[in-house]
Amino acid sequence: MRLGDAPIGAAFLALAVAVLWHIRDFPPAPGQPYGPALFPGLIAAGLALASVLLMVSAWRPGVQTSEGQAAGGEGDVRAEAPRWLPFIATVGALVGYVALVDRLGFIITAFLMLCSQFAAYRVRPALIVPVAAVSTLLVHAAFYKLLRVPLPWGLLSGWTW
Amino acid sequence: MEALAAAFQMVFSVQTLVVMVLASLFGLFVGAVPGLTATMATALLVPITFFLPPIPAIAAMVTATAMAIFAGDIPGCLVRIPGTPASAAYVDETYRMTMKGHAETALGVSLVFSVIGGLFETQVLILAAPALAAAALQFSSFEYFWLVLLGLTCAVFVSGDAPLKGMITLFLGLLLGCVGLENPAAHPRFTFDSPDLLSGVSLIPAMIGLFAVSEVLRFSLDANPLATVSRQVGSVFRGMGAMMRRYPVQTLRGSSLGTVIGALPGAGADIAAWMSYAMSRRFSKEPEKFGTGHPEGLVEAGAANNSALAGAWIPALVFGIPGDSITAIVIGVLYMKNLNPGPTIFINNPSSIYAVFLLFIIANLLMLPLGWLCIKVAARLLRTPRNLLMPVILLFCVVGAFAINNSPFDLWILVAAGLLGWFLETHGFPIAPAILGMLLGTMLEEHFIRSMIKSDGNLIAFVERPIAAGLALLVLVVWGVSAWLGWRRRRAIA
Repeated sequence: MRLGDAPIGAAFLALAVAVLWHIRDFPPAPGQPYGPALFPGLIAAGLALASVLLMVSAWRPGVQTSEGQAAGGEGDVRAEAPRWLPFIATVGALVGYVALVDRLGFIITAFLMLCSQFAAYRVRPALIVPVAAVSTLLVHAAFYKLLRVPLPWGLLSGWTW
Repeated sequence: MEALAAAFQMVFSVQTLVVMVLASLFGLFVGAVPGLTATMATALLVPITFFLPPIPAIAAMVTATAMAIFAGDIPGCLVRIPGTPASAAYVDETYRMTMKGHAETALGVSLVFSVIGGLFETQVLILAAPALAAAALQFSSFEYFWLVLLGLTCAVFVSGDAPLKGMITLFLGLLLGCVGLENPAAHPRFTFDSPDLLSGVSLIPAMIGLFAVSEVLRFSLDANPLATVSRQVGSVFRGMGAMMRRYPVQTLRGSSLGTVIGALPGAGADIAAWMSYAMSRRFSKEPEKFGTGHPEGLVEAGAANNSALAGAWIPALVFGIPGDSITAIVIGVLYMKNLNPGPTIFINNPSSIYAVFLLFIIANLLMLPLGWLCIKVAARLLRTPRNLLMPVILLFCVVGAFAINNSPFDLWILVAAGLLGWFLETHGFPIAPAILGMLLGTMLEEHFIRSMIKSDGNLIAFVERPIAAGLALLVLVVWGVSAWLGWRRRRAIA
């Protein structure tokens, strides 16, 4: 799933225009001509210009390849098609953690998050539960006890330690 | 001389030395955990320093921050997650070195040149503190405007072969930095009526998301998840003598630039690392090797971020003006301990000043054995298979992002930044400029608006002061050279 530079440039151009449209309503700073709209306006104008240049360069042969290869990691050795299940599981675990951590508490949520990802990454089934449990408790000990980060207890509120 | 003897006595007491070792271990841990910064290490130490005499209290903060800045390189090198923002400039470089099987060289360079940078800077702190601070004190908003612009310019060059895409992510970062109340009229910009966004997009969760979560997401799409990269960390110190002989100019340049940047109020170790990495690339005889796992930029930037750390103490001690967020906390502790910073402290309490100098030297020397130990432990931990490691790293990310402000909203920033970072990187957009844009956006706007008001909109005023004009010229030269190089490369392809 790779988009070309042209549609991405168009998306950034749209963003820049949206910002320029949005800042029209910003009130001026009292007593002086340089208000809160000036700086974001300049930035958005710069973004618009760069987006247009990106779209132009996408149509010019020879340039795109050098730009395209710039930052990728191990992308070039990816012979097989990417597997989407682990990706969805990862995003799901992340969003699930953020949505549930206050209700279920850190220990339960983190444990579930780790288990679901281990399963999606095809970790040996016998390892999943023990590794998830030990990692959860270690992270909890380091951050809650040592660094005093108030991780929520959620359902376990009655059994805090 | 008497003062110096007294300083030795204060520093080489059992209590001070025990505090230093404990603070080192604490700093190494905090630095090595992504999402916990050196600033956070200092802040966490404040309640503890309350129970300590002045010199051990300062010792704890000096050692913990020095260790944290170095330890930030370790996870960056092994799993491409910068432990602190100061390591972000060269995280790709060290990670590539690890992928090529040179993890021990990368970590060795980080460690040894951190120590060299720190020791170099301590010399400057001792010899030239008052003069340097006096120069930085004369800076006005015009000079700051150009200085920040120079930093951002460098961010685009750090991004490598895609300056146009780097510029786009830089603008994106600057726009993200605009979110919130912090602007000339305190108007809630781009907050969409969300109270959580009034204070802006939190930098640390965004950074963890862009750099670390995106890496986990990319791993999850990898068709071959069980392949572990051999992260054998061999002899860390081997070949370091040769490095020193090979890159003496880079070491000196990185340390000097770090000193100057660190001494400027508001600019700290992270900016120093970005700028010297970019500078190293520009002046290198082999710039094409940068970003592929080449130690040269690492030598320079590694020395720079540690020297900036000590450099920040120059204005802090001499004028009571913090050089960075860490020394801002330190100044508070100094007042608490009746060591009010300012020119008079050099006259009234010279032994304490000498003691601070000594502490810096010892802290940097302690880094060699303790840093080595930390590398060994971290390398063993990180040798576990990636399909076990990645979920745990993701857990660290969410907990680290939460730990900064204890704000659940920051977790959503983390998720959004993670997805954005993954998308941008898959399409060849460098991420680093976005981070620097967010980091420096507020500062750039503040100095820009202040300068505009002072000069009544007259742009000539931006270059009327000699130092401002010099910095402006430097920015123009950097842009010009880069545009010319890009044009030449494009012609070579066509």
